[in-house]
Amino acid sequence: MSTTTDQPEVSFDTEPSAYRHWKIDVDGEIAQLRLDIDEAGGIVPGYELKMNSYDLGVDIELYDATQRLRFEHPEVRAVVLTSAKDRNFCAGANIRMLAQSSHPWKVNFCKFTNETRNGIEDATANSGQTWIAALNGTAAGGGYEMALACEQILLIDDNSSAVSLPEVPLLGVLPGTGGLTRVIDKRRVRKDRADVFATRSEGVRGKQAVEWRLVDEVIPKRQWDEAVAERAAAAAGRSTRPAGAQGITLPPLQREVTADGIRYQHVEARFEREQGLVEITVFGPEGDVPDTVERVHELGAGFWPLAMTRELDDLILRLRTNELELGTWIVRTKGDVEDALAFERVIAEHSRDDWLVNEIRHYFKRVLKRLDVTSRSLIALIEPGSCFAGALLELALACDRQYMLEGFMEEDSQEGEPAQLVLSESNFGAFPMSNGLSRLGSRFYGDDDTVAKLRQETGRRIEAVEAMELGLVTDAPDDIDWEDEIRIMLEERASLSPDALTGMEANHRFVGPETMESRIFSRLTAWQNWIFVRPNASGPDGALRRYGTGRKADFDRKRV
Amino acid sequence: MSIDYSEKIPNNVDLAGDRKLQRALESWQPNFLTWWKTMGPAVPTEDVYLRTAVAVGREGWAHFDHVAMEEYRWGVFLAERNSDRRIAFGEQKGEPVWQQVPGEYRADLQRLIVIQGDTEPASVEQQRRLGETAPSLYDLRNLFQVNVEEGRHLWAMVYLLHAYFGRNGREEAEALLQRNSGDLDSPRILGAFNEETPDWLSFFMFTYFTDRDGKYQLGTLKESAFDPLSRTCEFMLKEEAHHMFVGTTGVDRVVARAAELMREHDTDEIAPHGGIPLDVVQKYINFHYSVSLDLFGSEQSTNAANYFTAGLKGRWQEERRKDDHVLTDDAARIQLVRDGQLTSDEVPALLALNHDLQSEYVSDCESGLKRWNRVLEKAGVGRRLTLPHVGFNRHVGVFSGHHITPSGQLVGEDAWEAKRDAWLPTEADKTHVRTLMRPVYEPGKIAGWIAPPTHGINDKPFDYEYVHFP
Ligand SMILES: [Fe+2]
Ligand SMILES: [Fe+2]
Repeated sequence: MSTTTDQPEVSFDTEPSAYRHWKIDVDGEIAQLRLDIDEAGGIVPGYELKMNSYDLGVDIELYDATQRLRFEHPEVRAVVLTSAKDRNFCAGANIRMLAQSSHPWKVNFCKFTNETRNGIEDATANSGQTWIAALNGTAAGGGYEMALACEQILLIDDNSSAVSLPEVPLLGVLPGTGGLTRVIDKRRVRKDRADVFATRSEGVRGKQAVEWRLVDEVIPKRQWDEAVAERAAAAAGRSTRPAGAQGITLPPLQREVTADGIRYQHVEARFEREQGLVEITVFGPEGDVPDTVERVHELGAGFWPLAMTRELDDLILRLRTNELELGTWIVRTKGDVEDALAFERVIAEHSRDDWLVNEIRHYFKRVLKRLDVTSRSLIALIEPGSCFAGALLELALACDRQYMLEGFMEEDSQEGEPAQLVLSESNFGAFPMSNGLSRLGSRFYGDDDTVAKLRQETGRRIEAVEAMELGLVTDAPDDIDWEDEIRIMLEERASLSPDALTGMEANHRFVGPETMESRIFSRLTAWQNWIFVRPNASGPDGALRRYGTGRKADFDRKRV
Repeated sequence: MSIDYSEKIPNNVDLAGDRKLQRALESWQPNFLTWWKTMGPAVPTEDVYLRTAVAVGREGWAHFDHVAMEEYRWGVFLAERNSDRRIAFGEQKGEPVWQQVPGEYRADLQRLIVIQGDTEPASVEQQRRLGETAPSLYDLRNLFQVNVEEGRHLWAMVYLLHAYFGRNGREEAEALLQRNSGDLDSPRILGAFNEETPDWLSFFMFTYFTDRDGKYQLGTLKESAFDPLSRTCEFMLKEEAHHMFVGTTGVDRVVARAAELMREHDTDEIAPHGGIPLDVVQKYINFHYSVSLDLFGSEQSTNAANYFTAGLKGRWQEERRKDDHVLTDDAARIQLVRDGQLTSDEVPALLALNHDLQSEYVSDCESGLKRWNRVLEKAGVGRRLTLPHVGFNRHVGVFSGHHITPSGQLVGEDAWEAKRDAWLPTEADKTHVRTLMRPVYEPGKIAGWIAPPTHGINDKPFDYEYVHFP
């Protein structure tokens, strides 16, 4: 099914009993997540996952665990991330895997792992689930970066376990999962020390690690278990999670995969391989709006906002990983505008006081962020019968362009209503982008008057001509032009350099301020991806390829 | 008020069945008529004996009648479609031609059509006041025929913009009426189309040399993989042939009259006798030929190469060429100036496509010269007219910035400037020609500086009342 040869189709389906690399134990308000990598469990053949080193498969399980902890275990208030292996926390991403992988695979892998680490920080910040890294052995490279995503880092003081970022000295690449950024941004390590740290392959241990702020605490081996438990209990004590909350179950997603697309209950994707595009439709809610928050809990994973978000999340991940040549995503919605708004009101009303509703809102936020960093051209088509209202309007705003049909298509009956957009409070900060701004705030960056004016338009149905005037859509062709305009625009897009498009889109999508998160994607990732394609890393004599061969890399010494 | 355009606009593109196009043209037509009334022929007329294309078949496009010009039925005609037609050249050679604009080439195709479309109304604007000094009703009618057909060519390009380029195309169609020849704020795209055509000798030279450039440009677009463009240009070429006929026979008659006066008065200096001296004719040839050569663009062009490779623009009579039609491995020889010498150089054939087209044009131009010289020969006049060297008086391409004489000598700027008045029309020459321009509107009569035509239009006699005045 995949258009990319020698790459298996990747599925993101898993659940705790199927984990090969993680053990998850929930004991009251504390969860222990222990990394116990199965060396023979690589997601593709060709390497062994030695030293608790990971690949995409390991991270798919980690992502699943972060999601289940949030939805299925609201009682958990602190998560202890540790290793089941003695004296070895995690050696980071598997080097042989990196050396044998294609460039797109590496880039995708890094993007996904970054998103999961951002999710961990999001759980700490917004779910009352504080993550604590309990480094019971050496954390190197990606292993330390995993720890950096946690709120606290505890390191065992055994005179040998260290934290390190050995990518630069050993592999000639960067610690690309947020390592460089978090060391200085989050841990506030001085830049000269960060420089020393990131070029010293053996890393830093013991008191110096604390002094340099690389870890929060070093704990002698004898007191380790007790101290970790104490820190976890203390973090749990500060949590805002309600006592006695009952989790919901996240059942396996139902999806039908064919050669021509993927169909879920609320989301559909049709592949147009010849044109290199995929047509995504998100279906709005059907059926009654839950009138109480209890009803939301009863519905659980069947509650439309959650069900739709899970499906969309899965679709984005699958398309990104498996369908590299479908370079343009067309995004549509279908459904009733009022229903979409009614469901959204439930979210807006309860997200402050109900943990589940709060989780759903943050989950949708994270999925939108995934869309923001997706290296595909995103085009929203807003047609009659669509329901780009409130939260769903964010899907359109996340796109690079928005086209809205003015009036009706000739063949459609002229009954019903023309395409409409509706703004709601959700569009003004409920779903921030990684730059900390709302999508409208980014769209009208530096123009607060416009944003303020738009705020007064909330709740109203906005048709094409007005949407155009308000700057909410790129163009509003009528039925006479619609087909040609869209076809030509898509063909034109398809003829442009995919690399240049990726770079251009990434630049346009994020305006204004930088945050640690946006810097990880815009700066660290971009540099890393450049380094990945350079011969000094990936050439036959490059550091990645020479690693473990006993031969030194042969660098082209020119500084670029 | 609704207008039945299927009646009003003769066409073979099923306008009645295309609501989309109909609506687009509906909104454009009034603007076109306003443009015609304000920028079209300045002489008021009742009606004119015109040929109107009502179909693409042989009889269909040679339909003659007296019509009021603003009621001329500007139609939309494409040559018949060949459903097996395949791309004849470039990277996609052998694939079926395109019935839609591929998004990848939208911008390029639109640009080519806009540039071609811009020249059509431009020439009408340039010739706007010529009717006031027509040497005969026959000539006045020919001028108007050329004008309405240039108007129809505008329609043809606007049709393509409307039918295939969406909103952007409509905006460009609108802009074709907003730019005007010689307008300081919003001039026509190509420089040569911003000069007024001041007199009838210039008009004949324009239709001979500049319309011929148009013919060759249309010829390359006729090869286009974008089939509607190809079919449009194929039909335009038929009409263009008449414009060149006006130029060829016009110069014929100027030359014949000059010869007549030279013999009558036994002198080359026929200006005092109301004729246009052959020296002046030669200078007009030099000017119009060199300016028209500039319209081909630089002899070495990567744009032309890209258009060819993409299948947008072929070579003149592409399908009759005996090569691979891809040209990636071929070379061509072009003339140029190097180290103060006129020399030639071998360059990749793809880069020399403008040069290739220009060469076809040059040999076509020679035929007119032969013809005019035959007129002189028959009249027993020894003097001959010539085409200047391709590098003479050029402002575009490999010869621009160099000074080349009509006979092909590379000289210094001073030497060239010293001879300028011998080679190009002087103010005195132009003034003389202008003083000869007096209208003759009486049927059967003709101005003294030009001979009458040997045939009338559509087998009508020369003294036929081709134009009625109000
Ligand atoms: Fe023309
Ligand atoms: Fe013409």
